[in-house]
Amino acid sequence: MQMQRESKIKIAIDNIKFPLLAIVFSFIIGAFFIIWTGNNPGVAYVELFSGSLGTVSRFGETMLKTTPLIFTGLAVGFGYRCGLFNIGVEGQYILGTVFTISAGWIFRDLPGSILPVVLLIAGALGGAIWAFIPGILKAKRGVNEVIITIMLNYTALYIANYVVRAVLNPSILQGTEKKAYSVMIPEQGRLTMLTEIMPSFGYSSVNTGIFIAIIMAIITWFILFKTTLGYEVRSVGFNPYASEYGGISIAKNITLAMVISGALAGLAGAVMITGLTYKVDMASGMPGYGFDGIAVALVGKNHPIGILASAFLFGILKNGERKMQIAGIPKEVIGIIQSIIIIFIAAEAIGSYWPAIKRKLTGKKEEEVKAS
Amino acid sequence: MSKKAVALMLVLLLVGMMFAGCAQKEEPAPAAPEATTEEPTAPEATTETPEPAEPMVMGMITDTGGLGDQSFNDSAWLGLEKVEQDFGIERQVLESQSADDYMPNLVSFAEEQVNLIYGVGFLFDESMKTVADKFPDQKFAIIDSSGLEKDNVAEIVFAENEGSFLVGVIAGLKTETNVIGFIGGMKFPLIEKFEYGFKAGVKSVNPDAEVIVNYADSFEDSAKGKEIALVQHQAGADVIFHAAGGVGAGLIEAAKEEGFWAIGVDQDQSHLAPENVLCSMMKRVDVGVYKVAQSVIDGTFESGTIVFDAKNDGVGYSDLAGNLTDDLKAAADKYLEAIKAGTFAVPATEAEFDAFVAPAL
Amino acid sequence: MTNVVEMKNITKVFPGVVANDSVNFELRQGEIHVLLGENGAGKTTLMNILYGLYEQTSGDIFINGKLQNIKDPSVAISLGIGMVHQHFMLVEPFTVTENIILGSETTTGFQNTKLDMETATNKVREISEQFGLAVDPNAKIHDISVGMQQRVEILKTLYRGAEILILDEPTAVLTPQEIIELGEILKKLVAQNKSIILITHKLKEVMAMSDRVTVVRRGRVIETLQKEETNIDELAELMVGRKVNLKVEKDEHEAGVDVLTVRNLQAENNRGAQALKGVDFEVKAGEIFAIAGVDGNGQTELVEVLTGLRKSSGGTFSIKGDDLTKASSKQILKHGLAHIPEDRHKRGLVLEHSLAENGCLGSHLNEPFSKKGLMNDKYIHEYTRNLIDEYDVRTPSEWVPAKSLSGGNQQKFIVAREMNRNPELIIASQPTRGVDVGAIEFIHKKLVEQRDMGKAILLVSLELDEVMALADRIGVIYDGQIVGIINGEDANERELGIMMAGGKAQKA
Repeated sequence: MQMQRESKIKIAIDNIKFPLLAIVFSFIIGAFFIIWTGNNPGVAYVELFSGSLGTVSRFGETMLKTTPLIFTGLAVGFGYRCGLFNIGVEGQYILGTVFTISAGWIFRDLPGSILPVVLLIAGALGGAIWAFIPGILKAKRGVNEVIITIMLNYTALYIANYVVRAVLNPSILQGTEKKAYSVMIPEQGRLTMLTEIMPSFGYSSVNTGIFIAIIMAIITWFILFKTTLGYEVRSVGFNPYASEYGGISIAKNITLAMVISGALAGLAGAVMITGLTYKVDMASGMPGYGFDGIAVALVGKNHPIGILASAFLFGILKNGERKMQIAGIPKEVIGIIQSIIIIFIAAEAIGSYWPAIKRKLTGKKEEEVKAS
Repeated sequence: MSKKAVALMLVLLLVGMMFAGCAQKEEPAPAAPEATTEEPTAPEATTETPEPAEPMVMGMITDTGGLGDQSFNDSAWLGLEKVEQDFGIERQVLESQSADDYMPNLVSFAEEQVNLIYGVGFLFDESMKTVADKFPDQKFAIIDSSGLEKDNVAEIVFAENEGSFLVGVIAGLKTETNVIGFIGGMKFPLIEKFEYGFKAGVKSVNPDAEVIVNYADSFEDSAKGKEIALVQHQAGADVIFHAAGGVGAGLIEAAKEEGFWAIGVDQDQSHLAPENVLCSMMKRVDVGVYKVAQSVIDGTFESGTIVFDAKNDGVGYSDLAGNLTDDLKAAADKYLEAIKAGTFAVPATEAEFDAFVAPAL
Repeated sequence: MTNVVEMKNITKVFPGVVANDSVNFELRQGEIHVLLGENGAGKTTLMNILYGLYEQTSGDIFINGKLQNIKDPSVAISLGIGMVHQHFMLVEPFTVTENIILGSETTTGFQNTKLDMETATNKVREISEQFGLAVDPNAKIHDISVGMQQRVEILKTLYRGAEILILDEPTAVLTPQEIIELGEILKKLVAQNKSIILITHKLKEVMAMSDRVTVVRRGRVIETLQKEETNIDELAELMVGRKVNLKVEKDEHEAGVDVLTVRNLQAENNRGAQALKGVDFEVKAGEIFAIAGVDGNGQTELVEVLTGLRKSSGGTFSIKGDDLTKASSKQILKHGLAHIPEDRHKRGLVLEHSLAENGCLGSHLNEPFSKKGLMNDKYIHEYTRNLIDEYDVRTPSEWVPAKSLSGGNQQKFIVAREMNRNPELIIASQPTRGVDVGAIEFIHKKLVEQRDMGKAILLVSLELDEVMALADRIGVIYDGQIVGIINGEDANERELGIMMAGGKAQKA
């Protein structure tokens, strides 16, 4: 029993060792870039951390930045657990926001006890529907999900812009002048700001969305590791052939994993709408949470708890960046640190696949490589 | 494997150190003054000693286009640079990564208690309303939006339709094919002001000319701008105007390759292709930024809307490359004077355009 | 006799494993030298070092008496070393000559840009005749037999001037007749002063083909012997490190009712070609029915169709009277199938999953493994621990990922899982492929045990010895058809060999 515990703990340590190292090294290398731009890295990092964690209010803002990243990180991570590379989180997020706003308008008379829940479900549904398309295409026709989801990102963006302009515009629904954003969701449908409960959060807009995110991470963990659904999804992700052999339907699980991934992405959109913006702007580009979600999932090793931690790290970087910018340090420095973390972790992934690559190159068998 | 990775990182680090060291030695000049810009991080301690009076600090928040957009944000930043030169203020900038950053960015500057905060773009309006309520003593300025009705917000708006009308007149007279193109960034009211002003200008001088209108659904995608421009050119357009930020770079590139006329926007864009940029519609965001800053400095800051139009030279046209003939200039100036004099109103929306009757001058 | 190859004190360390531990190995001019050892003993690693695919951690290699640093295969080729890998590296749509010259093309014309096929073809034909290979230089690879393809690989090394040939498990893919022919070719080669290293774990081949034998066990050389001075039993003991019983203990057993019935079953392979052309047989309760045949005659497709992993294109099959032709793998599992797949890494295990998670694969939807969609981890771990204990799987715990186990232990684990399903029908496809002798004995014993318990067992194997040792009845498959079914005790190797080669077997 002792030995089993040990091997389990050892596996866990092995998993977090490298990301931690990567983060430390990235900060060190980032320091050189800061010096190179003629700034003092000490000052920069003090700004970074005081700006993100220095006061309760700033910590609140960091949590606000972290909120969508948890969802999108979970979305990418869940897909990846099933061997799917969901680049479409971006588009599913956008569709989630559109569904949320639509529901906000349709159900505007619902009371505050129900409406927020309805809105969150609507957002999740939007993302799920958008993810179902690449899911079913992959499952039934073997179409590469990467290409389809990339294309659907743009489709989602343009649909959202059209809907905001021609359907959900206040000029159409409320008869005001034309706006570049949609109608707002009703007051009673909005999530509560933490500062209303705890005034020490000050001006921070952090809201109960962060709790929803954390709860979703726990639920995702539970699904992945405690249910037959998660077991099947992970089995398909690791080895579809063996899963098929074990009576697991690959098509069903791919579609399902994609839909769940999309629902998480859509939920991110719903939480941002109900918690922060209350409307959808016409946008000329992607919001970027989906792509950040890929990095978050990578650093968090596609594990929901790891994703919580890595989303928080990215939240710190993104929020602390403001104070660094105000201190005159180019915002690109943060981008560089993020990129280096990702490169290191990606390099580790390549490293762990190296024996397999080598085997392929030399045509050798596993037995010989292990030579046990 | 991970040992190797660590070794590799160390090597990279060492190489990095060498470079960092070199860079510093070679450029001692930039390093030194930059060091002073860090000091506002501890304002009380350092700024008191070198200067008796604390310099004013003004913060600007870009929209998602960010600095380097060759248009709107850059123009505002340029205005603030001039304020810095003329009055010795200090300027700071926050670039927004996404629309969700607007509010937190506003709060960040407000917490720093800077003297004035600019929100560059009408998308700031809702967040600025909220933040302006939370910080009643903080002065704000928003560009391209009005009707916020806050006591501490100055609203800088432009009569884009008027400037666009003038380049519309020029385009209408210049075209030989009687086909003219317009490329908009995104179809929302602000850009529609460009579209309908421009179309009205064309209609006033050349009622037979057709204006092809396309929207790029982007303010950044220059490849798309080029594609649209080429399609419009193929359809016969020989003069194309854009109101699409970075998308316009693609238009100007296409104009250069295919040899037709492009009309720039916001700033004088003739330096991008002196042979092919006929003229530029000027929207003096820099002037707007400068004027409000000045009012804060001399203590005359007022909330409410400040309109920059043809009358106060807030909009107009520019021809640094000298591509306009005297006839064209004369025609444009004739309409400019009439607009200034209020002889006729330039349409800004579809409805106004439909009702618009070309003035007889 | 001179030594053409001398490897002195070769040590090769992989992270965590010593694959070769101060190995000394000599190859004399004009001899066939067998490198004998179990899977994972380090023989292929040693030869990969000689061929420049790996670099030794320490030790020296002398070729023709000169110290050489063989840093990659191109150096090895220039030193006259050629290697024929277990998996052929041939471009299927190309002709024999095109494959042989690939990478060392003869060219003519301006700037040597024109491929000189004629010269190349003549040279290939010349070498082929010189060593009696009987290869047609203009045949396309996908039109010729596996045995022929192997000769093409040998020809390729000779074309590049090889004096020293390394053959890695060359007989694994051959019929008994082809093995005899290969032996003759090798004799011709050594007669013309080539020197040959043969890697194998099959004892009979050692006796048939070698001049000398070097036995390798756990990365060390145990002994080098003259063939004449040894025998199969001694070699087996040296190879495994203890006395081995090569005979399977098996009593008479009365077969019962038909469990698996296969009628006119047809299927296509991955390339869309007809791989099963109407197969008929039945497997009865309490018997081991073996499918014998050379690899690639439809065995893989047959097993995949019967386990629901491949759609059939015609015919039917049923388990205990229930037609399962259109059933999914899940439904077939429910009808009492246990399946030991031919490729344990591809099908049998999710390597990244823990042993516990692999232990419930296929049963994970059944109570008590899960209830209402929730995994019963406690039970699964307990169950897996029992599997590990009962089948003597060597592992620190059931938490470790399956990939950390050795091949033999992985296979034992799969056998444990499948047999513990309490199945009606066990389909065992090459159940002992690539595992050590100890594990082979164990798996054979378990299969016989299950048979004695009245289970129906379908054994698909490429090893004729295995088939003859275990089967109550043998069906020989050739080109997608069962060409004959004979009783196990009546079978002899010669007769089976002829049938496996598609000969007019039924009458023989």
